[in-house]
Amino acid sequence: MENKGVKNMCGTNCHCQEGQGPVFDYAKLDPVLDKYKKTPGSLITILQKAQDIYGYLPKEIMNYISKETGIKVAKIYGVVTFYTQFRLEPIGENLIMLCQGTACHVNGASFIEEAICEELEIEEGQTTADGLFTLNNVACLGCCSLSPVMMINGETYGNLTKDSARKIIKQIRLKNSAEVK
Amino acid sequence: MKIVVGQGSCGLAAGAGKVYDEIEKILGEKHVDASLKIAGCIGTCHLEPMVDVFDDGGNKTTYVKVKPEQVAEIIDKHVVEGSPVEPLAISQVDKDILSKQDRIVLRNCGIIDPESIDEYIEIGGYDATTKVLTQMTPESLIEEIKISGLRGRGGAGFPTWFKWNAAYQSPGKEKYIVCNADEGDPGAFMDRSVLEGDPHSLIEGMIIGGFAMNAIEGIVYVRAEYPLAIVRLEKALGQAREKGFLGKNILGSGFDFDIRIKAGAGAFVCGEETALIASLEGERGMPRLKPPFPAQKGYWQKPTNINNVETFANVAWIINHGGQAYADKGTEESKGTKVFALTGKINKGGLVEIPMGLTLRDVIQDIGGGIKNNKQFKAVQMGGPSGGCIPADLQDTVIEYASITKTGAIMGSGGMVVMDETTCMVDMARYFLDFTRKESCGKCNYCRIGTKRMLEILERITKGEGKDGDIELLEELARKISEGSMCGLGQTAPNPILTTLRYFRNEFEDHIYKKKCTAKSCTALLTFMIHEDKCTGCTICARKCPTKAITGELKKPHVINQELCIQCGKCEESCKFDAISRD
Repeated sequence: MENKGVKNMCGTNCHCQEGQGPVFDYAKLDPVLDKYKKTPGSLITILQKAQDIYGYLPKEIMNYISKETGIKVAKIYGVVTFYTQFRLEPIGENLIMLCQGTACHVNGASFIEEAICEELEIEEGQTTADGLFTLNNVACLGCCSLSPVMMINGETYGNLTKDSARKIIKQIRLKNSAEVK
Repeated sequence: MKIVVGQGSCGLAAGAGKVYDEIEKILGEKHVDASLKIAGCIGTCHLEPMVDVFDDGGNKTTYVKVKPEQVAEIIDKHVVEGSPVEPLAISQVDKDILSKQDRIVLRNCGIIDPESIDEYIEIGGYDATTKVLTQMTPESLIEEIKISGLRGRGGAGFPTWFKWNAAYQSPGKEKYIVCNADEGDPGAFMDRSVLEGDPHSLIEGMIIGGFAMNAIEGIVYVRAEYPLAIVRLEKALGQAREKGFLGKNILGSGFDFDIRIKAGAGAFVCGEETALIASLEGERGMPRLKPPFPAQKGYWQKPTNINNVETFANVAWIINHGGQAYADKGTEESKGTKVFALTGKINKGGLVEIPMGLTLRDVIQDIGGGIKNNKQFKAVQMGGPSGGCIPADLQDTVIEYASITKTGAIMGSGGMVVMDETTCMVDMARYFLDFTRKESCGKCNYCRIGTKRMLEILERITKGEGKDGDIELLEELARKISEGSMCGLGQTAPNPILTTLRYFRNEFEDHIYKKKCTAKSCTALLTFMIHEDKCTGCTICARKCPTKAITGELKKPHVINQELCIQCGKCEESCKFDAISRD
């Protein structure tokens, strides 16, 4: 990769310098590739670990995995786009997973979505301009008796109302801005 | 004294983590001598967080809906002084509900510490493994499972012994046993509860199943959305290896077997056996034609057997108590027990395990405590996106495979989503179609394009743009999708529409011809009205209305201009005087 080794300016591993495209620290992926690339059928596992490292699966990373494993990029792309877990775009600092299970639907998940979208001024699947939140609808979180439910950064929030959902988001926003200060 | 805090995902979401921390803190501060443990989920999710206190005589008091600020009182009065705090304890009604259940799969959930193999062994865990590996042959084991009448609990209900036998008979030395823990049905979480609350019972079931077909390896394909389940299962596997229940020459029997976890990446179609195998091999999870069946050619073209978590969790109990004891429960056609996830508009939602043969009424009205907010029971959805909605007047249907199938729904994996009069059945059909459309793998044209067309028609109907002939078109598409799809996903995708059309056809007709939503749920078909006698003229609704459709003077009744109204419902939501109604 031509960009390899270019020092990124904002101190993160996913900055976008104009005209250069993002730069990734490929070395972070090497232990994963060393462990799995010889075991057949490990592509999904490799992609999951890669997404854990980079937060999403950019083209560059898919190319790198292809080069190292010998699996064609087209096939990798096919797998990535097949499964809902994989993302082609970076996400915000806080990933809101809003459950769309049957119980949540019956108990008004669509109203919760409306409230969150209003609060964040985004639509489902989008990330806020400040990069703080991404909203994703997910199939079912399996906490049906607490419906409607959402999960933010691994923590589950249940029995949501429009107001409680807004409140939770405000609290996280407040916490984040306090940390920045 | 022993204190146990239920820590399943739902308990944690209800605040069990904070309660645990508070107990730990206060025990430390006051130097109280009591052991603090965790357990999985007992299934009464509406009572979470739950804390059990055992006195030295082994008597248990269960505290429900515990808040951190109540912890000090429980510790002071009960743990230190020895007198239980009755007002905070579980009610007799809820105790009775728990006693109506018959727990085999959930026998240890909420009782033992899922992270301790010693606790599992203490109550007879791994006895079944020992018995099978040292005293039984694959033939006698399969015969025992046959006597039990156990059928696959994942949805299709195929006899377990038959699958095991097919894999056993299949030639070849390299065989695999797979656990499908990719619980994909929205509204079902019994597998998650077993994984989180009693992972060793799954491991035991897999070891025994592996022995039946002489498998070399077991694989648990578990959803990535269940992080806690993965952590607990990983830990349990490590402990089982340490104790010699997994690995080479298990218990001196000469049987080599180990289990590993494979995290799924999110695709409902991977519940289909051949799709799951493709996913295990790192491919897109697309189903293929059968035969050859997985028992002949599965994972890496080797004989493979796939069972669901709940099926495996039954196995050790059957071995310990005998196949006949299991067969004695339930009905002639459906033996044993089944776990259901009771959710939706229900008072006491959660997991219930009951013997087959009870009626839907028993489960919904008695165990589930009836419908929330005194509303009318309308229907119950069983079987998820492959199932259907059973109307209230069929609630005396007996819970067994054939009877449920007769209604047009299926037993499925055990989701029971209860709906009341405010649930629109057309919208429910639309919801499931939206789900299957997104989850269709795209291999078969009818499934890929047909579900999309059906969804478009249903969306049109719920928006008030339905037209004459839509119902007939839906029926035609349903038939063709079912016939023209290769796997279970497509074949059953029309079921939710067919059952709603069968029992609630009038609702479809009302939407299309009268432009009315019977349940007053489809907002596009509603008219919002302000009641003059209730309106105080507080102006809140007028300020909230995004289209400025509401006008009126301060302290005088307001009116809605129906031409400007976009039926968003914000006025109704903001009104503090209940002055706005939908019609």
